Amino acid sequence: MGKPVHDDHHDHSASHGSTFLAHHFASHEQQFAAGKLGMWIFLVTEILLFGGLFCAYAVYRANHPEIFRFAAEEFLDKRLGGINTCVLIFSSFTMAWAVRSAQLNKQRQLIVLLAITIACGFGFLGIKYVEYKHKWEEGLLWAASYHPHAGAEKEPVPASPAQVPAAALDAPPPTQSQLAIVTPKKTDAVESEFKTEPKNVGVFFSIYFMMTGLHGIHVIAGMSAIVWVLLRARKGHFNSEYYGPVDFVGLYWHLVDLVWIYLFPLLYLIH
Amino acid sequence: MGNAHSAAHDAGHSGQATGHAVPFPVLVAVFAALLFLTFLTVAATWVNLGELNLWVALGIATLKAALVALYFMHLRYDHPFNGLVFVAALTFLALFLAMTLLDSFEYQQNITNW
Amino acid sequence: MAAASSVAVPAGHATDNYLTHTRGFLSWALTLDHKRIGMMYLVSIMASFLLGGIFALLIRTELISPGRTMMQASTYNQYFTLHGAVMTFLFIIPGIPAALGNFVLPIMLGAKDVAFPRLNLASFYLWLLGAVFFVVVLHTGGLDTGWTFYTPYSTTTSTQVTLAVTGAFILGFSSIFTGVNFIATIHMLRPPGMTWFRLPLFLWALYATALVQVLATPVLGITLMLLAAERLFGLGIFDPKLGGDPVLFQHFFWFYSHPAVYIMILPGMGVISEIISVFSRKHIFGYKFIAMSSVAIALIGFLVWGHHMFTSGQSRLAGMIFSGLTFAVAIPSAIKVFNWISTMYKGSIYLTTPMWYALEFLFLFGIGGLTGLFLGSLATDVHLHDTYFIVAHFHYVMVGGTTFAFLAGLYYWWPKMTGCMYSQNWASLASVLTFIGFNLAFFPQFLLGSRGMPRRYYDYTGLLGEHPEFTHLHRVSTLGSYFLAIGLFMGLFCLIYSLFRGKPAPGNPWGGATLEWQCSSPPPHDNFSSPPVVGDPYAMKNIKYDPKAGSYVKVEDA
Repeated sequence: MGKPVHDDHHDHSASHGSTFLAHHFASHEQQFAAGKLGMWIFLVTEILLFGGLFCAYAVYRANHPEIFRFAAEEFLDKRLGGINTCVLIFSSFTMAWAVRSAQLNKQRQLIVLLAITIACGFGFLGIKYVEYKHKWEEGLLWAASYHPHAGAEKEPVPASPAQVPAAALDAPPPTQSQLAIVTPKKTDAVESEFKTEPKNVGVFFSIYFMMTGLHGIHVIAGMSAIVWVLLRARKGHFNSEYYGPVDFVGLYWHLVDLVWIYLFPLLYLIH
Repeated sequence: MGNAHSAAHDAGHSGQATGHAVPFPVLVAVFAALLFLTFLTVAATWVNLGELNLWVALGIATLKAALVALYFMHLRYDHPFNGLVFVAALTFLALFLAMTLLDSFEYQQNITNW
Repeated sequence: MAAASSVAVPAGHATDNYLTHTRGFLSWALTLDHKRIGMMYLVSIMASFLLGGIFALLIRTELISPGRTMMQASTYNQYFTLHGAVMTFLFIIPGIPAALGNFVLPIMLGAKDVAFPRLNLASFYLWLLGAVFFVVVLHTGGLDTGWTFYTPYSTTTSTQVTLAVTGAFILGFSSIFTGVNFIATIHMLRPPGMTWFRLPLFLWALYATALVQVLATPVLGITLMLLAAERLFGLGIFDPKLGGDPVLFQHFFWFYSHPAVYIMILPGMGVISEIISVFSRKHIFGYKFIAMSSVAIALIGFLVWGHHMFTSGQSRLAGMIFSGLTFAVAIPSAIKVFNWISTMYKGSIYLTTPMWYALEFLFLFGIGGLTGLFLGSLATDVHLHDTYFIVAHFHYVMVGGTTFAFLAGLYYWWPKMTGCMYSQNWASLASVLTFIGFNLAFFPQFLLGSRGMPRRYYDYTGLLGEHPEFTHLHRVSTLGSYFLAIGLFMGLFCLIYSLFRGKPAPGNPWGGATLEWQCSSPPPHDNFSSPPVVGDPYAMKNIKYDPKAGSYVKVEDA
């Protein structure tokens, strides 16, 4: 999705000499400014695309807050969400650094930083996979397929307050470093609110899967775009005069990060 | 060439052909601030503030988003029009959210009565 | 190579041009030239117009008599759905911006191409892919939800909603890419001297349209994605059975689809602004007002989507807000109409074919706009909702407005695009016939609607007891639709005939002062070899006909 916007830097008529300056632009500056504006406008469309989901979220959260509190408290893993947030923020940092490297003609550094960014993308998807797999096994799916297993780990209806610590369903045991952001167990006051499961909890998972799923697709798209930039960087295409694609792909990657910055508290940290 | 564009060029005041390289210490500082705010937003859930929790979380998220947009996405150094484009997107999103929410609040009563 | 080569042809006619620049199928299929992309769009869009038109004629033929005439009720449902979907997504929305806009925008601006030529080509192929989805839908079970895909019916019907929705999603991205391109082009590729207030009004209109395309279309994308997920997985967000909210779907849908109405009409208004000024031989009246009203319409257009939902279960409060804001949109629209009329006042009006279409546009858009006021008022809307009054209203705006403006623009720029002059007499006659046919087809529908004929009905036998006149009104409407079709075909024939037998077109056949008339007809591959001299786009006084050259030419200030 993100790709065509920054594809325009190849020339489109054979009759020109300078590197990567398309014939209809007068200068690199003009080409860069146009590309950047184009990318920003494209980001606008991405914001509004996610906007629809945020709107659905807001409508359901405002009208049925109990579903959100219940589902997020009971079923979502704050630790994994938190780690993923940090992974994405780190990748944003390396991406911003990569743009700086390109601007300063540091080819080697650029390649390394882009590679780290891609690796972070894989890390993010890996953790997401663990989360999805867990939800799949527990039957915590979108509305029509929402059949939570009343298994050993979790008995939603009827639940005895003492037996439902939030951490109980976190499959992988927390390591020391992860413990820093583990939330403490809920107070009894919150616990007692959900003696029984509220109606239509499945809607929460519909929204959860749509939001994180669409975000995941964007992560994959962003990674593909970074791979493309990385390949071009290896050919030495970028320098302080021409680094538009690195910058534009970077903008896209930061937007993906921005969306997650909102998704994390909205989905995982509901109190 | 066009005036919009020459203004864009003025904005990149680092003397390079295009754009402005964000100083490395700034990048690191922003990264650290983002990590801290992530911790803060998690920590905020340990305190029960009732309704306020949501707004605290959103406020922190917005602060983080602003940091990313201003520094990682260069908006602070960029041509102001790009910033305007970004803000316009948020404005229209807010409009969409506000009107839909307003209506859904209003007709929710009908659903409940049903 | 840009120079006009003339062998007994009028000044400014070029034999070496973008059409002859390179040859072969691939030189078109892989072209990055905005003019060729525009032409490919034009041909494809006309083909979908034909397809949508065939559905329209089938619908009208079915309604010529009460009861079953020639098809089953379920077939009828599919035909009106496909008519709506094809016309909206494949014809009207991309019509003016992607076909005419792509061709004209960079030349009018004085640029060599749009900012992102690859994106432009990608947009065309996305459009084709979206169209392919619709064709597949057509052959694999059809679609019977109406073009609006309202839930909960769209989540339960057995027709190909998922495929159609995917097609519309892809078309949405095609439209977004066009919008991104136009905004960036107008911002970044203006030559020296082309200030914002020297932009021709068509470009202002395209700019405003592009804003809407960029801000609204993504919401359609997510809506359709949710709908597809609803059908594939049972997402439940719009499904009351699973705790969802069907009214929410309508909010989502109309947040895009109402602004989309302005994607359809704004470029049309831009075309009319150009034509009225040129053929009145007068400077456009109220340039800044027309320019700003385009932007105002685009922005206010975002605030009124709820007026499609007055009877949907929307709250009273929202209804009142949306109704009030709806009336606000009438103001910038009226500003435009008044300025066009003022431009014509005391002008020397040339009744060329484009001008015929423009005048017809004024008349039809006037009716379409004014009948909108009845629908914007809460109380009358409850009465008129889902009747033929609505159908007539939006056809007056979408066909009488947008399509007539599209045709006006097509006839206006045809000599520039192809280098051929068509027969003014025959084309004008076709235009009048189209106009008469259109009114015959749709005016009776106002009467039908205000008397209670519901839209989308296959059969009206049951209504005849109270309203025996319905049969006649439907019959007139059907007859009108045939005339409309004949008029359109005649117009098309004039254009095709001109390709083979038409006179070579001069550089400036109409006396326009905008930049596209400064380059040859058809334009050379690079549009302008050096940045053109930019002046007032409506300085008609400085453009005089030169019989020796066979073309209008620029004269020095008197």
